Amino acid sequence: MAELPQIFADWFERQGWALRPHQRAMLDAAAQGEDTLLIAPTGGGKTLAGFLPSLVELAAGKSTGLHTLYVSPLKALATDIARNLLAPIEAMALPIRVETRTGDTPGDRRARQRANPPDILLTTPESLALLVSLEDSGAFFGSLKCVVIDEVHALAGTKRGDQLALCLARLKILSPAVRRVGLSATVAHPQAILDYVGKGSGLIEAKDGTPPEVKLLLPPGQIPWSGHMGLAAALPVLEKIKAAAMTIVFVNTRAQAELMFQAIWKHNEENLPIALHHGSLDIAQRRRVEAAMAAGSLRAVIATSSLDLGIDWGGVDQVLQVGAPKGVSRLLQRIGRSNHRLDEASKAILVPANRFEVLECEAAIAGVAANALDGDPPRPGGLDVLAQHLLGLACAQEFKPDDVFAEVTSAGPYAALTRKDFDDVLQFVEDGGYALAGYERYRKLFRDSEGYVYVANSRIARQHRMNIGTIVEAPTLKVRLVGKRGGFGKGLGEVEEYFVNMLTPGDTFMFAGRLLKFLRLRETVVEVMEGGAGEPKVPAYEGGRMPMTTHLADRVREMLHDPKCWNSFPEDVQEWLRLQKYRSRLPGPNNLLVETFPRGGRWYMVAYCFEGRQAHQTLGMLLTKRLERFGFGPLGFVATDYVLATWSVHQPTNIPQLFEQDMLGDDLEAWMAESSMLRRTFRNVAVISGLIQRHQPNADKNRRQVTVSSDLIYDVLRKHQPDHILLRATRADAASGLTDINRIVLLLERAHGAIVHMALSRVSPLAVPVLLEIGRERVAAGVTEEQLLLEAEELVAEAMNPDEPPPSAKPRPKSKTVPGQAVFAGIR
Amino acid sequence: MSAAPLHFHGERLMLDPDGAAYWPAKRVLIVSDLHLEKASAAAMRGSLLPPFDTKTTLEKLHRLIRLYHPACVVALGDTFHDMKGVERMNANDRARLLQMTKDVHFIWITGNHDAAATGLPGESVAEWRDGVFLLRHQAEPRTGMRSVDVEISGHYHPKASVNTAALRISRPCFVTDSARLILPAFGAYTGGLDVRDPAITRLFPRGLRVFLLGQAKLFSFPLGQLI
Repeated sequence: MAELPQIFADWFERQGWALRPHQRAMLDAAAQGEDTLLIAPTGGGKTLAGFLPSLVELAAGKSTGLHTLYVSPLKALATDIARNLLAPIEAMALPIRVETRTGDTPGDRRARQRANPPDILLTTPESLALLVSLEDSGAFFGSLKCVVIDEVHALAGTKRGDQLALCLARLKILSPAVRRVGLSATVAHPQAILDYVGKGSGLIEAKDGTPPEVKLLLPPGQIPWSGHMGLAAALPVLEKIKAAAMTIVFVNTRAQAELMFQAIWKHNEENLPIALHHGSLDIAQRRRVEAAMAAGSLRAVIATSSLDLGIDWGGVDQVLQVGAPKGVSRLLQRIGRSNHRLDEASKAILVPANRFEVLECEAAIAGVAANALDGDPPRPGGLDVLAQHLLGLACAQEFKPDDVFAEVTSAGPYAALTRKDFDDVLQFVEDGGYALAGYERYRKLFRDSEGYVYVANSRIARQHRMNIGTIVEAPTLKVRLVGKRGGFGKGLGEVEEYFVNMLTPGDTFMFAGRLLKFLRLRETVVEVMEGGAGEPKVPAYEGGRMPMTTHLADRVREMLHDPKCWNSFPEDVQEWLRLQKYRSRLPGPNNLLVETFPRGGRWYMVAYCFEGRQAHQTLGMLLTKRLERFGFGPLGFVATDYVLATWSVHQPTNIPQLFEQDMLGDDLEAWMAESSMLRRTFRNVAVISGLIQRHQPNADKNRRQVTVSSDLIYDVLRKHQPDHILLRATRADAASGLTDINRIVLLLERAHGAIVHMALSRVSPLAVPVLLEIGRERVAAGVTEEQLLLEAEELVAEAMNPDEPPPSAKPRPKSKTVPGQAVFAGIR
Repeated sequence: MSAAPLHFHGERLMLDPDGAAYWPAKRVLIVSDLHLEKASAAAMRGSLLPPFDTKTTLEKLHRLIRLYHPACVVALGDTFHDMKGVERMNANDRARLLQMTKDVHFIWITGNHDAAATGLPGESVAEWRDGVFLLRHQAEPRTGMRSVDVEISGHYHPKASVNTAALRISRPCFVTDSARLILPAFGAYTGGLDVRDPAITRLFPRGLRVFLLGQAKLFSFPLGQLI
């Protein structure tokens, strides 16, 4: 067993701490030179455990050059760790130099770091990728002994995680003795995280402390049938805030955060210091809120996932989750933000926004009690990230493809990469990989007679280094208050360009916790002033809503089916379910309940799939096509997290045939190709792979142009080379991401031979929530762009034509059978 | 495919949903801003865009020539993305283009990307006038134009966005008033400038109408309806 040197033992004693078992285990693993994954709850002294062996080694003063690299997904975290790491180093007067390097590090300091590396360097995956692409990366990393990867669970399965895994494989080549240490929160798939850290890594688990206490808080009055903002609970939420010293109120989307913040402040007569925190707010503003939390000068923060990870604040003693919890692991991560003392239970309160969410919250509470972690295992590494990495490797040093293939497949996410995919990606980097000659003279890589691959020239290397990174933001515009006398005022954050395009000067919108009046768009800045009248709009953001996990969906189905579970439910909900059982049936754990009923001259079909909104939207598209083919005259559909509803002219019959698995064939292909989700996915792939460059030397191509041209490229490439490597990468991304096709596949498998069709005479109690969503959903799919444009054109022509008789005298019967017609009813 | 008729001083022009204009009386097909070899221009700068853009654009032009059987094709400038574009064309694309110039008389108006003659068969001119129409690359403010002239130009790559019931949809478009027509860019990789940009609106002081390109027809909106 490794001994803790006296100076460290003394320091622990002075802190009043004892060396924890997992900290000792980490020292032992380091002494054996093993790669290690440490899984520990927040507050378990995880970070110190990760650094301790390096500190001990460095204190002995045997090392020269860079010794330990620490990689974190959060820029701010790297700064924070520097502070926490510096405290023991200073207290023990250890001769250890610690520095950070992120995108914000000034150029002169970067140059200094390369010439004279610190003992410990704290960085992000992007900055590491840049270091790895430098020609002197071999010298810089040659002395490296240890890499600490923090928050591995948040990186594995993401493109940033793919990039990091590839860089780790390279570090192993540059410094074969390097030891990897992964730090992770508790996860559902520890083996996948272990493989990510490195094949054969040892696992050290620190036991969780006391299990958390999770309770339900209901809004006053009847539990709402639909809606997911949970604003009705603003007053009880404020009461909970008053009863605790420091609360985080987690919500699911940035729009919900803005609305909840306003709703709570409406009741906040005592002017309690309550702040707002989400990813679109100005970075300086976010740092101020975090600092105020750390200083204990806030009573509550309304936050999105922007506070899921990160700094250990200590002072948070209560966590509220307003709206659906979505998953047990996610909820535990959020609960873990409170009360970092291991010996006391964390306290959390769930506030459902509607009846289905009551069920989801109850299922989550049961899941937390059973410590049943969930979430999908990490998906295989992205080919676009590989393309970026291969060019980076060539920029650093010439290589042989065989060697690099072996290196790349040693990285967990790329373990199953085929040689063909690898070769195609390399070919893409080399000359685009197009089935048309002509690009030989523009190739970015060339091969010599011995088979070594070189980067073609230094300009390509320079351009590559400017474009490293895997985070592709949606085009956004800065929001700025106009100061007095029209001068430059305070920056508030960023909203998506899409939202700004919908505003006309004078419109009111809610952002950064303020009511703002839109004045004008000046280049890329949205100029606003405080105040304004009329119904405010709330900016929405791409990918704001995540689906409920399969695990939680299973629990909800089981609870629904078994009335014995209902005792804990509020009376409203129990009555609702009893009525459903009486009037129709309850969805079972292993079947698929489908109801059909007439209402208002249409036929509705409601399927209780519980697979999340994204999967339901994809399924809705496919079902609409089938309903059309079967002659039922589909008119539209709407999807929630729980169910999918379609409506049609005729009564859908032969339901099992409608849900046959063969729907995933040509219809899916055809729809995917046209889908805007696929275009968005392609844009990311095109940027990450280097097909489109965000930054050009001497010229900044603006982001609007990138958006346009990626769509055009997509169309052309799809037409002329549908099996191009980037299209393959796009489809792979879409299957697991925005379209959630994997979940539809599982659903249809489960439903096969197990469809329960209830032909009802009227709407069932369980179907009410989704029917209330109709018209509220802005995007109801099922209509093509051509149909939408036609409808808009007709509407304008009708409104603007003075000779046209009023609509009552001239009905427009024709267009009533257009699929998705119902969405037109809501035209503004 | 259905083209939309537009009348100027008694002359009828057909606007095609593929982004071309056809003048039946004189059998003239008008296209603008082909930007051929834009992909290879990007490739020179290190972005290896799919090199199928020239092929795509020429195929589309070929289709229109077969459809309308014009006596003459007028390209309103920026036919090539840059002056070296002609040399970069691959053999198939070059052969296709040369064949077209044998079948039909081409008038190449010079643009800002291809400011001089490209050496392709046909006439190379800065402007071309026939009847009421004056064709040039970039629209000019009214001063100096005869009041009877109708100007047809390209250059701006106009596009417009419409808020429909479910989505905001953005498409390339024709822009017109009684005296002017601006064509959308015909090239496969050409982006666009929103018609609300002052660079375009100042050319239409009395308001404008747009025709958004669709798969089978055009969609027409007055400027005020573009939100």
